[in-house]
Order: sequence, then structure tokens, then C-alpha cells
Amino acid sequence: MYETNYHRPKTLADAAALLAKSDEVKLLAGGQTLLPTMKQRLAAPTDVIDLRHIDDLKGITESGSGGVRIGAAVTHAEVAGSETVRRLIPALASLAGEIGDPHVRHMGTIGGSIANNDPAADYPGALVGLNATVTTNKREMSADDFFTGLFETALEPDEIVTAVTFPAPEKAAYAKYPNPASRYSMAGVFAARLADGSIRVAVTGAGQGGVFRVSEMEQALSSNWSPDAIAGVKVAAGDMLSDIHGSADYRANLVSVMAKRAVAAAG
Amino acid sequence: MGVDGIGARVKRKEDRRFITGKGRYTDDMTAPGMGFAAFVRSPHAHAKVKSIDASAALDMPGVEAVLTGEQLVGDGVGNLICGWMIHSKDGTPMKMGAWRALEPEIVRHVGQAVAVVVADTLAQARDAAEAVVVDYEELPAVVDAVAALEPGAPQIHPEAENNLIYDWEIGDEAAVNAAFDSAKHVTSMEISNNRLVPNAMEPRAALADYDEAEEHYTLWTTSQNPHVARLVLSAFYNIAPEHKLRVIAPDVGGGFGSKIYVYPEEMVCLWASKRTGRPVKWVADRTEAFLTDAHGRDHKSHAEIALDENNRITALRVKTVANLGAYMSLFSSSVPTYLYATLLSGQYDIPAIHCNVKTVYTNTTPVDAYRGAGRPEATFLVERIMETTAREIGMDPAEFRRKNFITEFPHQTPVIMCYDSGDYNASLDAAMKAADYANFGARKAEAASRGKLRGIGMSCYIEACGIAPSQAVGSLGAGVGLWESAEVRVNPVGTIEVLTGSHSHGQGHETTFAQLVADRFGVGTDTVQIVHGDTDKVQFGMGTYGSRSGAVGMSAVVKALDKVEAKAKKLAAHLMEASEGDIVVEGGEFKVAGTDKSTPFFQLALAAYTAHNMPEGMEPGLKEGAFYDPTNFTFPAGTYICEVEVDPDTGKTEIVSFVAADDFGKIINPMIVEGQVHGGLTQGIGQALLENAAYDESGQLITASYMDYCMPRADDVPSFNLMTTETICPGNPLGMKGCGEAGAIGSPPAVINAITDAIGNNELEMPATPERVWRALQAAQPAQAAE
Ligand SMILES: Cc1cc2nc3c(=O)[nH]c(=O)nc-3n(C[C@H](O)[C@H](O)[C@H](O)COP(=O)(O)OP(=O)(O)OC[C@H]3O[C@@H](n4cnc5c(N)ncnc54)[C@H](O)[C@@H]3O)c2cc1C
Repeated sequence: MYETNYHRPKTLADAAALLAKSDEVKLLAGGQTLLPTMKQRLAAPTDVIDLRHIDDLKGITESGSGGVRIGAAVTHAEVAGSETVRRLIPALASLAGEIGDPHVRHMGTIGGSIANNDPAADYPGALVGLNATVTTNKREMSADDFFTGLFETALEPDEIVTAVTFPAPEKAAYAKYPNPASRYSMAGVFAARLADGSIRVAVTGAGQGGVFRVSEMEQALSSNWSPDAIAGVKVAAGDMLSDIHGSADYRANLVSVMAKRAVAAAG
Repeated sequence: MGVDGIGARVKRKEDRRFITGKGRYTDDMTAPGMGFAAFVRSPHAHAKVKSIDASAALDMPGVEAVLTGEQLVGDGVGNLICGWMIHSKDGTPMKMGAWRALEPEIVRHVGQAVAVVVADTLAQARDAAEAVVVDYEELPAVVDAVAALEPGAPQIHPEAENNLIYDWEIGDEAAVNAAFDSAKHVTSMEISNNRLVPNAMEPRAALADYDEAEEHYTLWTTSQNPHVARLVLSAFYNIAPEHKLRVIAPDVGGGFGSKIYVYPEEMVCLWASKRTGRPVKWVADRTEAFLTDAHGRDHKSHAEIALDENNRITALRVKTVANLGAYMSLFSSSVPTYLYATLLSGQYDIPAIHCNVKTVYTNTTPVDAYRGAGRPEATFLVERIMETTAREIGMDPAEFRRKNFITEFPHQTPVIMCYDSGDYNASLDAAMKAADYANFGARKAEAASRGKLRGIGMSCYIEACGIAPSQAVGSLGAGVGLWESAEVRVNPVGTIEVLTGSHSHGQGHETTFAQLVADRFGVGTDTVQIVHGDTDKVQFGMGTYGSRSGAVGMSAVVKALDKVEAKAKKLAAHLMEASEGDIVVEGGEFKVAGTDKSTPFFQLALAAYTAHNMPEGMEPGLKEGAFYDPTNFTFPAGTYICEVEVDPDTGKTEIVSFVAADDFGKIINPMIVEGQVHGGLTQGIGQALLENAAYDESGQLITASYMDYCMPRADDVPSFNLMTTETICPGNPLGMKGCGEAGAIGSPPAVINAITDAIGNNELEMPATPERVWRALQAAQPAQAAE
């Protein structure tokens, strides 16, 4: 790791001011991605700004519309264990509980996860699958607009995610096929029928461009919410990631299998 | 005998220290004025080193020195060597390419060190290492051993034409060919054994301290055999004569073979300590461990087996290409030869065997012994072809094995080994009973009703442990003898120190060796201290690998105990005015049989040291040493039965049951043996399902972190069902065979046999990843997979 300066602001405004100073300044949340990258000398921020001591970024609350609002610095373990999340969106709690291992879940945060937008991360599936809203220190945007590509988001360099708001669905489930080595997602499908009756099928882990929706599955499920309805729907292998753990073909197969399992699990 | 003697489930004494974080590892050691080393490593698999510019690095804060291979060679530091001479079948010696601890001319694998920086702090050393500018000219690389033998492949060492190190053979080729000519059935198959990275929990480390006034070095290092390290560093690498070099291997967090060898880094730390005049410490990070710890396995074989009309095996013919990586590591040459081909008879009576082995240089990390070393490769080959043959001839795999079992001992195989004892039917029977083999069909049907494919597979393994009779290995090319030594020191108040040349890096010697003493004298294990791992404290020793600490190391302790007991009895007889033959040792006392006369152990010890009243001519003190050289290898054997369920949609395998019936001979501590088997099985299952060291064509290791190299975790393995059968080993005083490697040796074929049974396709390589299984399933059942 290269030498760096550590800051621990108490307010969002202080954090934003520090961040605006230069391009070489980085936000630090759980550090589960940033610190390994720095240790491998692949990142060399001059300054890191620890977001974990800012009250505004903490806490899980019931949102006005019957959903949940999760602060950006909330850990995966807190989401997995939250009574509120388990009651209103059990699929989200179980997704958080399947991320990495206990150490990672007690450090990693939802804000860090979505800002990083690793194509193999789990949360992007839930955000897109539930049509969540991302709040930053500057604006609000829909999950569909937030994730723009592999490790790419709509965030500007000096923008900080403050919270994610999830509407409670009518039903939803997440089915994940973990990478055997890293335990990130090789194909994770979040299937949901939202309160307004609309259907969403979001896939993470498999796509070359990060999280994506499968409209053919969404349409099939609108008329018939059952695994059989999507049994014949295949995603194009050409759009899938391919690596030593799984070729594009294999990942395309996993998407179909996990989609069926998610639909079955949602009931 | 007390509860802590031979056969007792004594909890490990050393665990208190380890579990409470009080272990003392090499990285815990410090020395005044210590500097930190960071290596400059090649990013290329094969390249010319055109120039090294250290000027910027030397100007950085805290930097003491930047040292290169040119300086190292100039100072007369010797090349790294392979200590086991193998001759090709044409009689020519193996072709050893020059390996320098820092390479001045041509780097041959990614991660090879070309320079080292010594600085005040680790961070400064690393920053400066990055600032050393090395100008490389890239050369074409080859990573696959078969490809490296092809004409026109990149030439890696000038010494080894076509990258061939040796072309070796064993067995009677003519007899084998004749048996194949008259065979009733022949099964032949290609079998590969995947390359593995050892991944000890503690990475390698070294702290070297040169004392200029005494011209004396001290080296703390992660070694499984500190005396062997000292011998090699002195005799071959010209670091210092043995009496001027102390090697200490303190607590060591796992080795699995990878810490047997002397590596470039500890040599460089020693040399750099003298050069800079300050102690120098280096600790590998995990990436360095992946790139530079000797890897394991990496064989490609063609195997054929011949049967007569009664389904009895008449011959086995094997051709193997073994990848040794970019350099010949310390014992690398012996692994695919004498530790491999000599085990190709398995548990079976095979009249004729011939094996040809070609070992090859490639632009990959050197390969050497890794848990099992050669024997997993042999067992995988034998047990895969046994299973495949049984399937081809339509015979139950257990019955086919049973029919060909060796049942009489001693048994001389056609490949050197003489098996001394065993009962292969007993372990097969025990495993089949425990696995409820007979009712597998019902379980398969039940699994099918849940959409799962259930399969069963077995492996009847044998291995050779207790390495090894010195004269025998000497005649086969070993550069060292493989005996062991021990010293038993009874202190004046009766506590006991046992000094052993074995080294514990997870095996539990502090407990099991103490149990031997407890058993002998009826004293508590808490009065016994095991001393190991320091060349200044312990007489010479050969270290721990090849499951030798029990069969060889403990046998030396037994011999030393015999001597102590004999002297103590003589003294007791003198003190109690009895005849020596009437003295018995019981419950911590020396007694005169048939009387109520007794002398407590501690009192006798005191008498030996006060020496106020000794028998005529007896020397004071109570301390004896012994060397033990085994007369043969030992032959642990057993049967493993694995049952799996495969998810046909994803190809994922779940091991639903695993039975291991092992014959380890006499067992000192069943709990520690179970722990060894658990660990071994988990490593074997890791090889079968998860682990693979994969290189891309340019020679980059693409599985160089845990993001991509898949280590087995607790949830990848079932709760193991273990049992032992026992035939006593006639070759050593305790009757022990060894248990350290069996799990890793026996389990891979059981897993693969089970999966191939489940999916109905025998073509499946390790690791059987979900994708590979899914593809094999599609190939076998196109209709179902396309559904
Ligand atoms: C061993 C291991 C296994 C893992 N397995 C999984 C898995 O199975 N599934 C999964 O989804 N994830 C997994 N992860 C990722 C982990 O759970 C975290 O989600 C991820 O590392 C990022 O979160 P963090 O809080 O650690 O962010 P950090 O590492 O601190 O930051 C990541 C990036 O986000 C930026 N950032 C952080 N917070 C904000 C913010 N509020 N606003 C704007 N930018 C911000 C940082 O500047 C940085 O660039 C794993 C990680 C590890 C180490």
C-alpha cells in the first residue's frame, strides 16, 4: 500500500468538501474492495475519507410508502439481520445474508457495493429488481439510471451515495449461483412482482455490462407467474461474461436456471 | 497405563498456545536494527534481463541497499540445486539448469526475483522495489509440459535440450508388452493430474542475522527441516560452514511439503544481512506465495491395463509427462519417479508393470512434493483405471478390486516396493458396510425423485510412508540419508525433554511424542517437553514430510527411551539392592517385582545426577540419544467410498457421504489421526472439485489469488465417516505406518469415480467444476440437457 492520509469526517458536508478537493481523494466505506486494491498497489489515493462515522449515512428505516430506506454506510450484516427488512422485503435480507462471508458482511456496505458496481455483486440485482431509488448528496435517481456499465455508475466524481430506498414488493426472491472461489455471483437473478403489479427480472453476475433486465421473462411472468412460464426463455450467450469459472454458454444456462428458482422461491 | 499413553485421545498440548494467539512464528521475531527486504520480481514468464537501474530506488528514503544477481554470483553464492539424482533410461544424468537466487540473465517464470531492496521499513522497501527499473526483452514462453517437448518449443535452459530433464523408466517392458499381446481385455485412458498451489496458512518467511565479530549467521525460517536447510545452505550454497550457521524453524503454520525446500529468498536474506551489516527480514505476501511456493502434481499420463479371461490383471503400462516448472526444486526429481511409479501396483497383484516418465521444464513456478507427492498421482491413475475397467467389463467395481487384491505378505511388486503387511479386504469390507453400499440403488432412486443424480465411487489406495531406508534411497539417487534422531534428557527432578529431528508444523508432535514418554514411564505428558526446530539445540535431524515423523521420528525416540530405561533400571537395581531383571516400571515408579520396594521416577533421576551412589563404572546423568534408520517404507492403505449428488441443471456436485477406512498400523493418538485424515481428505476433495493452478499461454498464473484459486471451505465437505482397521507394521518398534497424507492421496479418485457414476460419462478431468460436470452431462445425455 502506498502512503495515504486518512480522514474521519462527522458530517456529510465535511466529507463532500474533502472529496471535492482533488481527483486523488477516495471515499472509504467498508474497505472490502478499496483496501485490497490499495494493498495490491493498484490504487493510490492521496487521501481516504471514511464514511462510517457520519450519522446521516447510517440506519435502516421504514420509508413513507411502506418500503425501506437503507443508509449508504449500513453493512450487509445489518441489512441481513434487520427486523424491518426481513418483515417488508425478506428477499433483500436474504440477499444481503448471502454476500461473501461473515467478515465481509460485517464490513462491506450497501453504498460501497453499488458505487463500485462490480458486475458480480449482488445488490445491483436487488436495486434493479425492486426499482429502488438511489439518493446522493446531490440528487435522486432510479436504479435503472444509476448502473451504467461494468464498474460504471452515474455518480459524478464528487458525489456521495447517502441512501437507497426500496419499495416493498408484492413478492420477490433472489436466487444466486455463487462463484466457487470468490463466492460473488456467477449468475444471480432477482425476480419480483411490485406493488403496482409490474414484473421485474434483474440479472447480476452474468452480463458483460453488469446488471441487466430480461424483458422476455418479465413479459412471460406478467401473464403467468410460474417457473414454467420462463422455462423456454434463454438469454443470449454472446452478452454474457466468460472466464475460468464459467463460459458465456454456461452462464447463460445458469441465468435460466436461477430465474426459474427465483420465481419458484417467491411463490 | 495412564490415560495419556499410547492410544489415548489426548488433547493437543500446543493448541493452548495456538488458539490463544501466542504462537511464535518467524514473522514474530525481531532483531535490533532489522531491515526489511522486498524483492523485485519478473512480470514475464520468459525474458532476458537487459539491465537493472537501481539509481532512483537507492535515492528513496530509508533504502539501505539494492542488490542484484550479478553481485550475488560475484560473491560466490551457489546455485540452487536438486538433491536427488535421476538417470535417464539411456544412462545419462538428469539435466539441471542453473538456478540463481537472484537471476542476472534470463528469467524463466513470472515472479522470479531479479533484485532485492533492503530498507528501514517494509513500506519503504516495497516503494523502492517498484522504483527499480528492469529492462526486459521478452522471449516466447511455454507452460504446458507436453507442448514444451514438441520440436520448436521455446528452449528454456541451455542444459536441457527440448526442455527434457530426464526420460526415465521402471519395470520390465518386454514382459508388459507380452502380457498385452495375449490380453483378453485392455482398457486404456488419458489421465491428467491438475497442478495445485500448497497454500499453507502461514506464508514463507525468513529473518537472517549476521554477526560480523563471530562470522556467524542465525536464520529464523519457515522450514519443515531446519537441519537439512542448514546442510544445503552450507554445503551447496556456500553461505557459511555449518558451525557458523544456526537455523531455527519456530512455530510454522503448515507446510504440506512446500516448506521442505530451501528457496531463493532465505538465501538472499542471509547474504543481504552480511552485505548490509544488519538483520534482514522477509515475509511473503499471498501473491508471492502463489507465484513462488513450489507447486504440486501436474502430470499427463496415458495408462493401459491388461486382463486375462478371469478378469485378473496381467499388466499395467503407463507413460507420464510431468511438469517440473522453470527450475528443479530440491527434491523435485524424486516425486514423479520413486515416489510415483513405485506405487503403481496399488493394492493389486499385478505381475508386470512398466512406466516411462519424462520430466519437462516449462515457464511456470517450480513443482515439487506436495502432500502425498507422487502417490496421489499414482493412486488417481490406478483407481481411475480400475473403476473404468470394471465398468467396461460390467463387473461390480468392488468385486473387480477384491478379485485382484494382494492377500499375502510380504508382497514384492514389480516396481521396487515390498509391501510388508496389510489386509485390503478388511478395509474394503469396513468401508462398504459403513457406506451401506448394498442399498445404494434405493438412495439413487430417491435422489432421482428430487431431480438429483446420485453416484457412488471408491478408491482402494496404498501409499509408502516412513521415508525412508537410507541405503535404499541412496542407491536410487538421494543425496541424503533419511533416518531420524532423538535425544531423551531426564532432568534431575524427573521432568523430561525429548529432542527430535522431526519438525512439527501442525502435526501435534508436542503431544504425541510426549505420549510415548508417558506410556513408557507412567508419568504425565505435562512433565514432558518436546524440543525441535533449532539446529543449536537438537542433534542432526531430517525433518518432517512423507508421513515420517511417526514411523521414523518416533522410532528414534523409542530407541533413546530404551537406552534411558535400561540405564535407569540398572541404577534402580543398584539402589534397591535387587537384580536388574526384577525391576519393572509402573505408574511412574521403579519397582522390584514381587516386593513392595519401589523408587519414584523423580528420585531415581535425582540419584543419577547427584551420583552419590552409582553402580561400579556407571556415568552420572540420565540422558541418551539414538539414531533410527528404517528398514523399509511403511504401507498405509485403505478404502474410501464417496457418494455424491449432482444437480443436473447447474452441474454442481455435493458430496453427501464420505467413508474412510484406513489402516495406519498402530495409532498413538486417535484424535490427532482423525484431524490428519480430515485435513487430507479436504485437500484431496479440493483437488478433485475446486483447486487448479491455471496459466494463460503467456505464462501468467491466472489463479494467483483466492478470488480465482478455489480453496476448499468447511461447507464444501461433508461430515466425514472415519474408521480404522489395523495391521501392525512389522518394520518399526511401534508398528506404525503413518497417516499424514492418506486423505489427500486416496480421496480424489473416489470423488471422480462417484461423479462419473452419477452422470454416466467417464470423461471428466479434475477439478470437476460445475461447468465441466454440466458439459460432461450434456455430452452423455444430450436430450435431457437440452430440455
Ligand atoms: C472476500 C470478499 C467476498 C465478497 N463477496 C461478495 C459477494 O458475494 N457479493 C457481493 O455483492 N459483494 C461481495 N463482496 C464485496 C463487498 O461485500 C462490498 O460490497 C464491496 O467490497 C464494496 O463495499 P465497501 O463498503 O467495502 O466499499 P469500499 O471498498 O470502501 O469502497 C468501494 C468503492 O466505492 C466507493 N464508495 C464507497 N462508499 C461510497 C458512497 N457512499 N458513495 C460513493 N462512493 C462510495 C469507494 O470510494 C470505492 O471506490 C466481497 C468482498 C470480499 C472482500
